[in-house]
Amino acid sequence: MMLTAPGAGISILFAWLSPSYALYFHIGETEKKCFIEEIPDETMVIGKYRTQLWDKQMGSFLKATPGLGMHVEIKDPDTKIILSRQYGSEGRFTFTSHTSGDHQLCLHSNSTKMALFAGGKLRVHLDIQVGEHTNNYPEIAAKDKLTELQLRARQLLDQVEQIQKEQNYQQYREERFRMTSESTNQHVLWWSIAQTLILIVTGIWQLKHLKSFFEAKKLV
Amino acid sequence: MTSIATLPSAKMCSYHGTIRLFVQVLWAHLLCGWASGSELTFELPDNAKQCFYEDITVGTKCTLEFQVVTGGHYDVDCRLEDVDGTVLYKEMKKQYDSFTFTAAKNGTYKFCFSNEFSTFTHKTVYFDFQVGEDPPLFPNENRVTALTQMESACVSIHEALKSVIDYQTHFRLREGQGRSRAEDLNTRVAFWSIGEAFILLVVSISQVVLLRSFFSDRKTTMTRVGS
Repeated sequence: MMLTAPGAGISILFAWLSPSYALYFHIGETEKKCFIEEIPDETMVIGKYRTQLWDKQMGSFLKATPGLGMHVEIKDPDTKIILSRQYGSEGRFTFTSHTSGDHQLCLHSNSTKMALFAGGKLRVHLDIQVGEHTNNYPEIAAKDKLTELQLRARQLLDQVEQIQKEQNYQQYREERFRMTSESTNQHVLWWSIAQTLILIVTGIWQLKHLKSFFEAKKLV
Repeated sequence: MTSIATLPSAKMCSYHGTIRLFVQVLWAHLLCGWASGSELTFELPDNAKQCFYEDITVGTKCTLEFQVVTGGHYDVDCRLEDVDGTVLYKEMKKQYDSFTFTAAKNGTYKFCFSNEFSTFTHKTVYFDFQVGEDPPLFPNENRVTALTQMESACVSIHEALKSVIDYQTHFRLREGQGRSRAEDLNTRVAFWSIGEAFILLVVSISQVVLLRSFFSDRKTTMTRVGS
């Protein structure tokens, strides 16, 4: 059974109206929370969050707080900032990696209070989807008009593509590991030889120098 | 003329179709709301504890898997509590574990990672918390007929590929551990070798200088004794 274009439209509408990001955690008002995503290159990452502020009077978290925003900063493996934007209390950010490695996603609120005085607590609901989990299959089915079997085949293709990318990344990492081990081996070899030479040369120099010194002092 | 006569019935049909579509999509989203998976890697500073919460409905099968990626002896304390605070899972100084449970109550479940036993090493922890099954690919309300052979083959391939991806993730984390150790070793060997060579030179030169200073003071006394 295929979802038609209006169905896809309503689906997208619902995706915006009913945020059901399940996992949440608490952070201080001025605290910065970072997450690491180790991903191969050309991988898409979609992050969705929702924040709630603790209300001391009510003793619970407020439903929505206007003016409360979160600053999202994403750094690539070379610590270059690829995304640095301010969003509202509810937001969605997307990025595609261009280099494989550890990407760092950092979130902190736009609270201007000083760290000492800001005793507030924030509840952050977060959902990060990576790679083939970012694909919205009902949408793809509607756009490309696929039958159920074709859609399943497309999902399997996406999964296999992700596995392939990960294997490529694994090859690159293994090469780096091997180069590091080779470099350690070279270091140990050459520096041991160098240290032995230094030891012998300084030993010989010491003896010669002291011999000439004592001869000069007429002690020998 | 016939087109005007058929207009109201056509309108009724399309209206009914839209309602069905609406209900179908709503159902899909309700299902999506009940099944989710969160996979996160975060840094846990020394003497710190980080807790995560999730609202789970009764009867949902959940799995918590965690692995320590970098830091110290690669161990962390993990604790999973249910709605009333009853501890469902508690392990101290574990490197890697996987725990499956079925939610017995509705409400907020909490799991915490603690690095409080460590004085100066901060750890990077990876966890994967799966709640419920994956949402179905199609919000198909008339799924009374069994899957065809092709479809069930696709489903089993999908499940197998999911476990491949899971194994790959764990392999990548293990390999990451080994690689960061190797890089640490390389840096340490480089610095210490240079340091040692330098110390060697400094010590041998200062030995000679010190020895010379002993004899230059006693020179007068020695000559006096000698003569």
